[in-house]
Amino acid sequence: MTEILLSLFILSGAIFTFVGSLGLARLRDFYTRLHGPTKATTLGVGSLLIASAVHFSLRDEGVSLHEVLVTLFLFMTAPVSAHLLAKAALHLKVKSLAPTPADDRSTPPGAA
Amino acid sequence: MRRWLPHPLLTAALTLLWLLLVNALSAGALVLGALLGWLIPFATSRFWPERIRIRHPGVLARFLGVFAVDIVRGSFHVAWLILKGPARLRPTFVEVPLALTTDLAISLLANTISLTPGTVSARLSADKRTLVVHTLDTSDAAALVAEIKQRYEAPLKQIFEEGDA
Repeated sequence: MTEILLSLFILSGAIFTFVGSLGLARLRDFYTRLHGPTKATTLGVGSLLIASAVHFSLRDEGVSLHEVLVTLFLFMTAPVSAHLLAKAALHLKVKSLAPTPADDRSTPPGAA
Repeated sequence: MRRWLPHPLLTAALTLLWLLLVNALSAGALVLGALLGWLIPFATSRFWPERIRIRHPGVLARFLGVFAVDIVRGSFHVAWLILKGPARLRPTFVEVPLALTTDLAISLLANTISLTPGTVSARLSADKRTLVVHTLDTSDAAALVAEIKQRYEAPLKQIFEEGDA
């Protein structure tokens, strides 16, 4: 029973990760492409990690919570890198399908 | 108290982090974790000058719940959009006027927006008043702004800033 459940988690994780990568290839401009890998993968990696945590907690003695850390670090770093990529793209005026917002001229150099 | 334990929350979080890293609960690991949790805040106090206070743990718990549900819901939505084909997407930049004032709350809001599928925070204006958000597919920008403000910003404001000047 648990094995079927875990397989479902792993499968759905794989599917979401795949769709995320597919988005990277299929979407049309830099900004929309940014959504694929940062988003669909959140749930993809999430379900893989849930499966891993449950599996190793059941198999070995005690609970395995390394996966919680992976999730935590992923959730801290992924949005920051996505934000910086988008910010850099806005700054460099990368070609965009959506009308880009007006320049923020007041940004002092070096400000994040 | 304030001088010797500048960030009780950070200390607790670091101790827990250490225990997770070791992946075991033993007295030795707990002592070492607590020691690190106590020392590291001193080294990073310039980065986090003011003490973090969580005012409404209940609101925080509900916020995390909403956030988790939105990630799952949004992931399905984005996956569907990608599979359906990129031609019909309506990507938009929207500007969200911020009611939040502290750096911590603003960065948490930006992170929340980026982690929720379909939206990425792209730029914070220099005066920290507006956040530019890129969305994958939006027909009603005003509704999206209202949703972000009501779903994420209001609870964050309540948790981290209520009672502040």
